[in-house]
Amino acid sequence: MDFKFSEEQEKFRQEVRDFLEEELRQGTFKPSCDAWIQGYSPEFTKKVAQKGWIGLTWPKEYGGQERSHIDRFILTEEMLRYGAPAACHWFADRQVGGAILYYGTEEQKRELLPKIVRGEAYVGLGMSEPEAGSDLASLQTRAVEDGDDYIIDGQKMWTSCGMFMNYIYLVARTDPEAPKHRGISEFIVETKLPGITITPTMDITGSTAWAEVFFDGVRVPKQYLIGEKNRGFYQILNQLAYERAGLERLMGNYPLFDAIIKFTKETKRNGEPLSQDTLIRHKLAQLQIEFEVGRLLTYRVVLVIEEGHTPNVEASMAKAYCTTFEQHLASLATEILGLYGQLLADSKWAPILGMAAHSYLGSKGYSLQAGTSEVLRNIVATRGLGLPTQ
Amino acid sequence: MNLALSEEQEMLKKMARDFLRDKCPKTLVKEMEESEKGYPPELWQEMAGLGWMGLVFPEKYGGGNMSFLDLSVLLEEMGRACLPGPFFSTVVLGGLTILNAGTEEQKQKYLPKIANGQTIFTLALTETSAKYDATSISVKAKANNNDYIINGTKLFVPDAHIADYLLCVARTSEQAEAEDGITIFLVDAKNPSINYTVLKTIANDKLCEVVFDQVRVPRENILGQLDQGWSVVQKVIERAAVAKCCEMVGGIQQVLEMTVDYAKERKQFDRPIGSFQVIQHYCANMATDVDGSRFSTYQAAWMLSEELPCAKEVAIAKAWAGEACGRVITLAHQIYGAIGCTADHDLQFYTRRAKAAEVTLGDADFYREIVAREMGL
Repeated sequence: MDFKFSEEQEKFRQEVRDFLEEELRQGTFKPSCDAWIQGYSPEFTKKVAQKGWIGLTWPKEYGGQERSHIDRFILTEEMLRYGAPAACHWFADRQVGGAILYYGTEEQKRELLPKIVRGEAYVGLGMSEPEAGSDLASLQTRAVEDGDDYIIDGQKMWTSCGMFMNYIYLVARTDPEAPKHRGISEFIVETKLPGITITPTMDITGSTAWAEVFFDGVRVPKQYLIGEKNRGFYQILNQLAYERAGLERLMGNYPLFDAIIKFTKETKRNGEPLSQDTLIRHKLAQLQIEFEVGRLLTYRVVLVIEEGHTPNVEASMAKAYCTTFEQHLASLATEILGLYGQLLADSKWAPILGMAAHSYLGSKGYSLQAGTSEVLRNIVATRGLGLPTQ
Repeated sequence: MNLALSEEQEMLKKMARDFLRDKCPKTLVKEMEESEKGYPPELWQEMAGLGWMGLVFPEKYGGGNMSFLDLSVLLEEMGRACLPGPFFSTVVLGGLTILNAGTEEQKQKYLPKIANGQTIFTLALTETSAKYDATSISVKAKANNNDYIINGTKLFVPDAHIADYLLCVARTSEQAEAEDGITIFLVDAKNPSINYTVLKTIANDKLCEVVFDQVRVPRENILGQLDQGWSVVQKVIERAAVAKCCEMVGGIQQVLEMTVDYAKERKQFDRPIGSFQVIQHYCANMATDVDGSRFSTYQAAWMLSEELPCAKEVAIAKAWAGEACGRVITLAHQIYGAIGCTADHDLQFYTRRAKAAEVTLGDADFYREIVAREMGL
């Protein structure tokens, strides 16, 4: 048992911090909440790529660094702490690259992974549909074999990286006769192909991080089928564990945490800093406790991955727990700010860059995206604790 | 970063679990709750024979030279089994304090007898104010020639009525700061000037009122430095709080397992109740609380074991575990239904112990204030 990082790991953390501090100094970004999903900056992604920090854990032959998952944990922790705009490469780095490594052919790996590593491939997630959210297996987007291609018709929504992607990782139905879980396949599709229309979805915060993607007779060469035909559902379940595994489930709005603590120390009421108010003090301390527990639960996920296992149960537990923390943080921040908590970023009088209001709204989605907390608890209960489904 | 136990720790854990499953059934736990002493001397001697009391003492005092982290593993199994008796008082409150603050003479005098199960110790710290701060220490120890005379009342002292020695935290001088002027005394518990009343508690855990009436203690029985005992006491509270967390983790781990097993077996509406989503979600929440408690507790235990400063981590562990226990117990009761509310059922052992552990050695409010301070608020 060991709860500290090694000297090299601490040096790496400092290296990442130094890089981010320098970028801040140069004004290339401002810390913001949910920057990993709303902060799109091809320039920033290019700089991260130049550092060799995309695909950190991947084999060197595909452009990776073969570093440990703990190193990736440290890297993402700092990116999130600083609220850095990493969205362009986040999804490819976090899960799509891994899926290609796991299930892809040699050609696919050689074609796609180096592009991701170079910060040139921005991959969106084509999973959800209007009628297929938690029940992903009921998806209807069709992929029909036609000679050397598949013809794709259908509609995806809530596509992460939708407005910036040049590739979409697509889950589509290849066998409508089979039971629904057994007729789905995965594809990687260039979004410049004819027949693809992308329209932005404005979410409750006003951001257009997600998009609807319409496929109208899109011809995708067969060589872009990933893994086994009709085994896509099982493949995507594997990928989802990695989607749920990360610190962004705990630190998506971390800049708000730093900001509200600073605010309470600097803002006075009746001559005393707010941080001296017992109620505020204890509520912030409770948040800190909840954060630390979430961090440990996420460490555990990383260690499972490091051992070579898919963290289905552990990531489900961690995400369900951690998103509750994020919501709690957003809620408490607006509570502390009182009337000021409703002011948006560009408003006169808005404190802490309007982060509290923005995050309060955005936080409603945390317990829904990438697996609702209800589904995640089902997984913990049935796969983790062995409780029966009937 | 590694959350796994070592091979030796796994062995210790398994051995302790098997031993206690065999020797400490719930029938014994119930019997001991109802008995005056609160523990079975035969079992006590067997535990001493296994080297449990002296586990972390250096070999020269008859100990096993193992670490606080190893002791944590053992304490977790004791919590799982609801082990009755003065192990926590003797070893964690007594032995570790002497090990930390005693002179070589004191260590030679007291530690071997703890290790071989011959003496029982406890710590008389809290008073009627029921708080863990220095201002609460009002029991007085007045200098008198080469002795000190102790007067006052201590409350909620575990196992005092069967102890051979009490570590009494008393005020030896009035100074500007409450933290100054506090001294720890090693007191012969059999002194007739000490009066004991066992309190009737929710956990039947033999907490006592201890009244000192002109109790004479020789100067050489000061543990640590005169007037400078509070910093030792703070370390005792830190260690003991984490040790209590280990017991809590063991308890709620067992509660989770038995509750999940029950949910798989118990049928209503022609199906196991564990197939209903609400029950599944309750169990998932319980598992999250158990794992969160486990990791935060072992983080603090590891840091103490490594002698790293860890006031924040200790506070996080105790604040979290105490409240997590409450949640786990509440959900367990919901899942068990009425049968879990009977005196015959096993759950109530854990329910009562969890409540005692929650308020002992600092509750969540106490530790939230420490976290706030550590955050620089």
